[in-house]
Amino acid sequence: MSDDMDIKDKAAWDAAERVADYEHGWSSDIETDFAPKGLTEDTVRFISAKKNEPEWMLEWRLKAFASWKTMTPPDWAKLNVPPIDYQDAYYYAEPKAKPKLGSLDEVDPEILRIYEKLGIPIAEQKLLAGVEGGEDGGLPQRRVAVDAVFDSVSVATTFRAELERAGVIFRSISEAIKEYPELVRKWLGKIVPMHDNYFATLNCAVFSDGTFVYIPEGVRCPMELSTYFRINAENTGQFERTLIIADRGSYVSYLEGCTAPMRDENQLHAAVVELVALDDAEIKYSTVQNWYPGDAEGKGGIYNFVTKRALCQGRNSKVSWTQVETGSAVTWKYPSCVLNGENSVGEFYSVAVTNNYQQADTGTKMIHNGKGSRSTIVSKGISAGHSNNTYRGLVRVAPNAEGVRNFTQCDSLLLGSLSGAHTVPYIEVRNPSAQIEHEATTSKISDDQMFYAMARGLNTEEAVTLIVNGFAKEVLQQLPMEFAVEAQKLLGISLEGSVG
Amino acid sequence: MLQITNLHANVGDKPILKGLTLSLNAGEIHAIMGPNGAGKSTLGYVLSGRPGYEVTEGEVTFNGQNLLDLEPHERAAAGLFLGFQYPVEIPGVSNVQFLREALNAQRKNRGEAPLSGAEFLKVAREQATALGMDMEMLKRPVNVGFSGGEKKRNEMVQMGIIDPALAILDETDSGLDIDALRIVGDGINRIMRKPDKAVLLITHYQRLLDYVKPDFVHVLADGRITRSGGPELALELERDGYKELAA
Ligand SMILES: Nc1ncnc2c1ncn2[C@@H]1O[C@H](COP(=O)(O)OP(=O)(O)O)[C@@H](O)[C@H]1O
Ligand SMILES: [Mg+2]
Repeated sequence: MSDDMDIKDKAAWDAAERVADYEHGWSSDIETDFAPKGLTEDTVRFISAKKNEPEWMLEWRLKAFASWKTMTPPDWAKLNVPPIDYQDAYYYAEPKAKPKLGSLDEVDPEILRIYEKLGIPIAEQKLLAGVEGGEDGGLPQRRVAVDAVFDSVSVATTFRAELERAGVIFRSISEAIKEYPELVRKWLGKIVPMHDNYFATLNCAVFSDGTFVYIPEGVRCPMELSTYFRINAENTGQFERTLIIADRGSYVSYLEGCTAPMRDENQLHAAVVELVALDDAEIKYSTVQNWYPGDAEGKGGIYNFVTKRALCQGRNSKVSWTQVETGSAVTWKYPSCVLNGENSVGEFYSVAVTNNYQQADTGTKMIHNGKGSRSTIVSKGISAGHSNNTYRGLVRVAPNAEGVRNFTQCDSLLLGSLSGAHTVPYIEVRNPSAQIEHEATTSKISDDQMFYAMARGLNTEEAVTLIVNGFAKEVLQQLPMEFAVEAQKLLGISLEGSVG
Repeated sequence: MLQITNLHANVGDKPILKGLTLSLNAGEIHAIMGPNGAGKSTLGYVLSGRPGYEVTEGEVTFNGQNLLDLEPHERAAAGLFLGFQYPVEIPGVSNVQFLREALNAQRKNRGEAPLSGAEFLKVAREQATALGMDMEMLKRPVNVGFSGGEKKRNEMVQMGIIDPALAILDETDSGLDIDALRIVGDGINRIMRKPDKAVLLITHYQRLLDYVKPDFVHVLADGRITRSGGPELALELERDGYKELAA
């Protein structure tokens, strides 16, 4: 183990104590403007009009909506989801005091308070920077630029000027549609096609906001970029859309965090994330998904149906997905890489925790079209309570993709005897030169480990948290530090009450 | 410090401890010897509160407190340390992280402020150095890939960092070569040979007792203490074996 990681550990555990507990189960008193309830062509027009969108955008949405009406939800996942009444929800909610902002000072103080409560590093002095660095005299100051999406609207994007000096465009997607229409049109819907799947098509029709990032040729983004999503309004779906373009030889690390208050009813979240990396470009995309999971009896919680895909278009391009999924009642999510570029690299590191009645069906697709393309998949599933946790992954090698390599490791950890862990790997190799390795393990936390930790002074929950974090270590260490800290804490919190 | 009175305990449905009485005062080191399967490890587990080890009769007080009422982590916070016969591996968790978490959990339980990363590392480095363990090993996952001897040495580093009032050391000497034995013996003396501390040293061999001089030696056979004496009893056992003694 490197020194670096060790310090990260210590710093992480230090800072974990400071990061807010996930008790994000409050909703705030922000006045909200809604679109009329239900989903019709008028809803789509309403959203587009609210955003002052150009005509091409409206047409695109309407086309998607027309298709969506003819589609049916997928049923192949190992999920038990009651039928969703799409007419019984709001598709657009906007905080009334929504500012069009130059600086943070202009943000509704109530919104700022919420972000504060969430532990979000939105104000510069609030950045979780320079966490105690142990013996090496501290870590370099880290800064994170944040785009905050509140219900349907992006409310604040920080560090914009500094990013602009580097040539980086970091915007809400609604702004980008107006300001950079050629860039947006070039890639929007090109990575995840409009008709890709039921939820993606729905998103095309009703997406409300999201984030747009462009890193110009040869630029290493000077700071981490981050978006925080929060569903606040009741009965509201959230459909955000993210598009990240890494031009030749550029690099960006992007973080995404999500929370939602406790609600008795289920709320729908159907996002689409599209990434494209050109020659020698690299995108590191990290998610800590902490939507409200429902209560201990399985009432309420977010339905998280997300389509995330990366196009590794260029030679030597690389995309790395890291996700820590602890929230949501239902998670349906397969961040994927289409590896078109020669020697391109795709990575997927995932920790998915399910407790109580949560269900997760998550994994990845690595589509190897490029010669010499490589992929790594590390999936750690942790199931407790009555939950079900499925890894579903596809590794496909095209006929003329010579010299492809894939390594897949799927580990499942079970807590208690009522939960389920499932691994469903699909391997389709059409080129004999491919080297594909798949390893899978299933284990339980052993009584010996528990007692050893307890005999050293940890209570049951602390012991579980420690052991589970150790199990997930390979994935957690892929996260940028701020997120590693939050994620370690989250794993413990999500498993509260699951042992003992 | 520790008062064990007529202790009976079952593992599963099987009675293992059958009326064990033993008393340790602060400042004393007691050695417990006995044949395999006599219940020595069971005694350590029962005293540290391992789930599945059920006390059916008897009492244990630790510094005046009813020990058996406490959860395992509370016993640790109260100053009890168990050196494991078979230390456990925890993949992905570094020793540093493990011990810092554990120590701070104990401190919190006692109402003390947590140690910062830097303070903790200072203590950890001192203890590792004293026991001839490389700091690099402390950064590795708990006991993973450690040799038998390294695991035992690691238990002593842990004891040094945690600095308990009472240590129960279960065959800490087994699996150690002669150099390591001396280092571990010195460590026990350095950390625990103090007027306010006590040690229950479970061992099969006289050779550890050459380094750590016990004040009392007890024979544990069939779930109870069958004989007690001074250091000379250990020599006698070494010479004659347990059979002779039981007869
Ligand atoms: N988990 C267990 N289940 C059933 N029997 C056990 C268990 N652990 C120990 N025993 C039994 O209890 C007795 C005492 O074991 P132990 O305390 O380990 O002995 P010692 O440490 O003195 O060699 C032995 O007969 C052993 O087989
Ligand atoms: Mg034993």
